[in-house]
Amino acid sequence: MRGVFFTAALASVLAVALICVFLFAQGLPPMLKIGVLDFLTGQRWRPTAAEPSFGILPMILGSVYITGGAVILGVPVGILTAIFMAEMCPKPVYRFLKPAISLMAGVPSVIYGFFGMMVLVPAIFEVFGKRFDMMSGNSMLAASILLAIMILPTVISIAETNIRAVPRELYEGAVALGASHERAVFKVMVPAARSGVLAAVVLGIGRAIGETMAVRMVAGNQTVMRMPYEFFSGTRTLTSNIILEMGYVERGSLHFGAIVATGAVLFVFILGINLLFSVLNQDIEKKRNKKGAG
Amino acid sequence: MGKVLILTKRKKPGDWARFLLTWAAGFITVAVLLYLVIFIMVKGIPHIKPSLFAFTYTPENQSLFPALVTTVLMVGFTLAVAVPFGVSTAVYLVEYASRGSRLVRVIRTTTETLAGIPSIVYGLFGYIFFCDLLGWGKSILAGCFTLAVMVLPIIIRTTEESLKSIPDAYREGSFGLGAGRLRTVFRVILPCAAPGIFAGVILAIGRIVGETAALLYTIGSVIQLPENLFSQGRTLALHVYNLAAEGLYNDQAYATAVVLLAVVFGINLLAARVERKFIRAVS
Amino acid sequence: MIKYKLESVDLWYRDFQALKNVSIDIKANQITAYIGPSGCGKSTLIKSLNRMNDLIEGCKITGKLLLDGEDIYGNIDVNLLRKKVGMVFQKPNPFPMSIYDNIAFGPRTHGIKSRYKLDDIVEKALKDAAIWEETKDRLKKSALSLSGGQQQRLCIARALAVEPDVLLMDEPTSALDPISTAKIEDLMSELKKKYTVVIVTHNMQQATRISDYTAFFLLGEMIEFGDTKTIFSMPKNKKTEDYITGRFG
Repeated sequence: MRGVFFTAALASVLAVALICVFLFAQGLPPMLKIGVLDFLTGQRWRPTAAEPSFGILPMILGSVYITGGAVILGVPVGILTAIFMAEMCPKPVYRFLKPAISLMAGVPSVIYGFFGMMVLVPAIFEVFGKRFDMMSGNSMLAASILLAIMILPTVISIAETNIRAVPRELYEGAVALGASHERAVFKVMVPAARSGVLAAVVLGIGRAIGETMAVRMVAGNQTVMRMPYEFFSGTRTLTSNIILEMGYVERGSLHFGAIVATGAVLFVFILGINLLFSVLNQDIEKKRNKKGAG
Repeated sequence: MGKVLILTKRKKPGDWARFLLTWAAGFITVAVLLYLVIFIMVKGIPHIKPSLFAFTYTPENQSLFPALVTTVLMVGFTLAVAVPFGVSTAVYLVEYASRGSRLVRVIRTTTETLAGIPSIVYGLFGYIFFCDLLGWGKSILAGCFTLAVMVLPIIIRTTEESLKSIPDAYREGSFGLGAGRLRTVFRVILPCAAPGIFAGVILAIGRIVGETAALLYTIGSVIQLPENLFSQGRTLALHVYNLAAEGLYNDQAYATAVVLLAVVFGINLLAARVERKFIRAVS
Repeated sequence: MIKYKLESVDLWYRDFQALKNVSIDIKANQITAYIGPSGCGKSTLIKSLNRMNDLIEGCKITGKLLLDGEDIYGNIDVNLLRKKVGMVFQKPNPFPMSIYDNIAFGPRTHGIKSRYKLDDIVEKALKDAAIWEETKDRLKKSALSLSGGQQQRLCIARALAVEPDVLLMDEPTSALDPISTAKIEDLMSELKKKYTVVIVTHNMQQATRISDYTAFFLLGEMIEFGDTKTIFSMPKNKKTEDYITGRFG
């Protein structure tokens, strides 16, 4: 019976192995055929043109810009909300807020996307449309705002947990020196939790980069190279490139290979972020153990 | 001497700023969530009509019933694949493997990796592997297996945690009575951990119900009552996506979104309840 | 000169009465020790002297607690009170930042920004806590890199840096090894020249070695208070005698 459990336990290893093998086995050869540099730094994505070109730099940058925007907008609110929940809010408020945040985490991305389509996009067009000569409200800004909302529950719950895990003695030490509650929280408790708060941000970034449907529904999806300040224009991310092109791609073509290769690039991004996250977590563990010993 | 400790109950400006910032952030978070939920509700509830639950979908009547049936099927079959693997993995990790062994570390790392992979990558993989290589085509079966891989880490992690929270005394008690490891696992450990495992399963259901990106190209988007496992189908979430993307049936899209939200929230509340009960039972 | 004057202080944690009718005068520039078995209220009492008990939910206190004639549970700024009354805890609790920033935290809290002033304060506080020699070359290093005994002296320095009048020490050596304990005891006799010191200890030898006055507590009541020598050589109360001769506790 031990063998049965053992075999089952290998399923997740097998799954990761298969995902890696297939993404790279089917993604790398096309990438080599296109030319790795041409693929990664090419600025034109014309998969079905007579002379096709497969450059995904616009999508890489799109992912980076939109995620960056989401981080700028969402992370401060998220961290401050986490501080609010861990240290500032009255108990009845907490009892309402805590389940609300986990509910927020459970809202499917298609609902966020639909909400973005129906509310955010028209609102952006209304406010900025004329002034910035926008074609529609579908834009990097819309995607960033929507992702900022979507990463809130992730950032909040991880940051809150880590702020709460800071030993109470530090708070007492600060207050005993005459520090006000706010000062003790902001200058001692939160800095003491900084690797945990950073881990929350990193996980939020991971969510934002990987999000597909919601982004696809509001970002405009143009394959045009954008500059970071063009946030009123639409662009495409790595994820939405996959979902959009899969709809009409011919199986076995170079085009299909280029899509899988896009997935492989996305996968590498995510692996990097996961690695960073686990390094931060190890740091948190280490600190906790050190305190336990002392 | 004396009167040094004059009253200055007023907060200093810096403290006021910190105080207000955190309250404002909490308020923004709640406001956004409430706005989203209320907006969808207000737009959708008036369009929830009996015809929305008609047996078939027609161009005149965008019934969500086939999607609902497909969703239930997807949940059932996905769990049927994922739960045995997930629970067995956790049992192996907690009850059999020696802690800190190399294999345990490998399994844990892969589980974490799986948990971080975005759903579109699962979709791509599922399409290449299940639909294409195994020749299942776009089908409920391919969708189930894709999602099973996706929810595996959730089930492994929650099961692992609830197994770990079972006091060692239970195991020793069972061994002491002459029960073997296997009997202990099935008769003592798993029944005790069941509510915790159940909470994880409910979380997994939430993921399955809400998923779109991993399913779009693995089960297709045909809206029909599924005939068998190789039928294409459309879950509720996919249905919302398609209605929204077509842009022709916004009212129905809102109404379907309300139903989807209600299902997801119900699942969430149930999970929270089960978890609370489990925590109370263990401690 | 009397620093603290306590008159019939009662303290409850919800329904549990932790202090019963405690009256005590604490003299300035002396070391007063509170002794007694665990749960006797000695820690509770020391925490009420800088209102750290405020942090505990459901804690209620009545009676008079005067510091330099001012009612510390009256209309006062608690943060200023805690600036005037420093505290050292049972477990060393350095902040996870540099040694320098640990010491400078208090002065910065109270509005000192000038780098020169802070440098001076840090040096002086570390010298007063007899840890300057060990730390002067590594002020930018994390305070967590210090040993337990060094961390505790750092915490003493941190408390001194805000220039308090009173130093409260809640079992400051109970988590330390004998050598570190000896260092801190030596330090305390220096400290009393400048500060009023109140120390809670479960170690009676420590009380006899360092304190000028001793109060013995049992089940929330102050059983006996007086000159340390007198208390330990000829206690008036039978319970005190039982405790110091080790018959219970």
